[in-house]
Amino acid sequence: MSTTPTPFAANATDYKIPDKVMSKINEIASQYPEKNSAMLPALHLIQDEFGWIPPSAVRQLADALDTTPNKVYAVVSFYTMFNQAPVGKYHIQVCRNVSCSLLGSKHIVDHLTSKLGIQPGQTTENKKFTLSLVECLGACGTAPVMMINDTYYENLTSGKVDEILNTLA
Amino acid sequence: MIEEKKVLTRHVGVPGMEKVDAYMNDGGYKGLKNALDKKPQDIIEEVKKSFLRGRGGAGFPTGFKWSFIPKEKTKPHYIICNADEGEPGTFKDRVIMENDPLLLIEGMTIAGYALQCDMGFIYIRGEFRKIAEKLETAIENARNANLLGKNILGKGFNFDILVMRGAGAYICGEETALIESLEGKRGEPRMKPPFPAVEGLYKCPTIVNNVETLACIPIIMQSNGKSFKDMGTFQSAGTKLYGISGHVNNPGVYEYPMGTNLKDLIEQAAGGVKDGKKLKAVIPGGLSAPILKADEIDLDMDFDACIKAGTMLGSGGVIVMDETTSIPEVAKSTIDFFVHESCGQCTPCREGLHKIQETLTKMMAGEGDENSLKTIFKIAKTIKGTTLCPLGDAGAMALEAMVTKFRDEFEALNK
Ligand SMILES: Cc1cc2nc3c(=O)[nH]c(=O)nc-3n(C[C@H](O)[C@H](O)[C@H](O)COP(=O)(O)O)c2cc1C
Ligand code: SF4
Ligand code: FES
Repeated sequence: MSTTPTPFAANATDYKIPDKVMSKINEIASQYPEKNSAMLPALHLIQDEFGWIPPSAVRQLADALDTTPNKVYAVVSFYTMFNQAPVGKYHIQVCRNVSCSLLGSKHIVDHLTSKLGIQPGQTTENKKFTLSLVECLGACGTAPVMMINDTYYENLTSGKVDEILNTLA
Repeated sequence: MIEEKKVLTRHVGVPGMEKVDAYMNDGGYKGLKNALDKKPQDIIEEVKKSFLRGRGGAGFPTGFKWSFIPKEKTKPHYIICNADEGEPGTFKDRVIMENDPLLLIEGMTIAGYALQCDMGFIYIRGEFRKIAEKLETAIENARNANLLGKNILGKGFNFDILVMRGAGAYICGEETALIESLEGKRGEPRMKPPFPAVEGLYKCPTIVNNVETLACIPIIMQSNGKSFKDMGTFQSAGTKLYGISGHVNNPGVYEYPMGTNLKDLIEQAAGGVKDGKKLKAVIPGGLSAPILKADEIDLDMDFDACIKAGTMLGSGGVIVMDETTSIPEVAKSTIDFFVHESCGQCTPCREGLHKIQETLTKMMAGEGDENSLKTIFKIAKTIKGTTLCPLGDAGAMALEAMVTKFRDEFEALNK
């Protein structure tokens, strides 16, 4: 089954959406016939900025789109890509669906859990890695597949996973 | 030997196709030029003559769907490209978008003109960030060449395209959920009717088409509907992208005439089952398509033949399993997927799929009994036909087929 990362305590700083991100959000909103369509693009921008969707940013976004924080939360919680809590610097997402599991995604996950010392859903103590299991990533022809942040890694073997982890500072 | 027919994939591996010059040098935008010289209605007629059927899974005739858009324009019209590519086993639309983004953009522009649209949207799965960026570059290039924007090619037609990334919800591939998501909401399917062609995005007439479907439009308009139809087999028009994954020697996306035999696709296109093992089972059209046993794969891969064989062509995502595969394990992955992706609006889908998952999990832990399989069959039967969108049905039917066809493997769990 898929897992979403369990929250680890966020520090209490108030996250403010930087002006330059806010003006990008307003620009996107003006391109659509209805402002509310900027919701997903704006949440992606916010997550690019903070690595997750902080509550203070939800309130600001609600104001910018003339909606309520509740409605923004309803969206954030529906989509698995939006992190409701901080994740590690590198978010490793391994596909667990059929084509990948036929070609050994389970071994890849076992290798990662033993190497990183965490289970799917967890983050390493130094906050460097978060491990998640996800559904099909649309790359089944090069299974097994994982993503780290925005990058796809395909045709995985344990050896290849080691090489990839070694390149991540 | 079956022969590959590269129409939509003719630029695979050719770099620089997001540039207008490179694309035009190889016949690109000829379709749009021809189209803009015709009346919108004539284009819809040509698409009808092509017998093109939607490549998103259901195979609905595209020209027919387009003709549901009201003739009298009283509100803005929209065209949406469904690039959500979420069906497990499917990785074909990305091949078009990565290698030939202007083919899709040209197709959307022609559709936009035929349907008198004010704007087009490409809704792409969130994980395809780099592909989305490539599409945006191609759109910008088209704009700079007056192939998008105001007064396209001096013919008085205004049209532009925006790309939106989804955020990891399979259900947003369902067209009404996709529309909700584009409106900035949770991706929960709407009740139909009204159909999107009458009341879609922002309550305006909207057509949703798959990437591969829209990529066929320039091909049709470069010549005509009949020549497109003639590329397929007797009853199925055009070519099809088949994505073959799992236990094969050469997994990948292959383009063949629609209706190519499944056995030939596996043995010839994909190089046969890996490591000389024997074939056990095949899911022919993405995870929603009911499974086939090894002796059922002498099958023409088109919409009608697949339905006749009790399965679906779906997205054309072929998942191949060798003799070592445990079908109960595949069933477990499958039900886990559908439970995770159910939007939860309808009770039979939400609770029913969950109950099947619970029962199967127990069986696999050795805690099942003679009633377990009965429970699975009974619930699958209850789900079918009682849900708002086809996701619930798909989960129920996929599981039912696995348990029916490989019953002994499931019964063995109870011993
Ligand atoms: C649960 C579910 C998921 C779907 N996912 C996709 C998808 O990822 N891509 C797609 O093109 N169609 C998908 N569809 C089909 C769409 O609802 C719609 O029929 C299709 O986009 C229409 O395009 P076409 O007429 O060109 O086939 C999905 C349908 C359902 C019920
Ligand atoms: S069938 Fe399932 S996914 Fe579709 S609307 Fe109902 S609960 Fe949601
Ligand atoms: S099943 Fe893993 S990418 Fe599709």
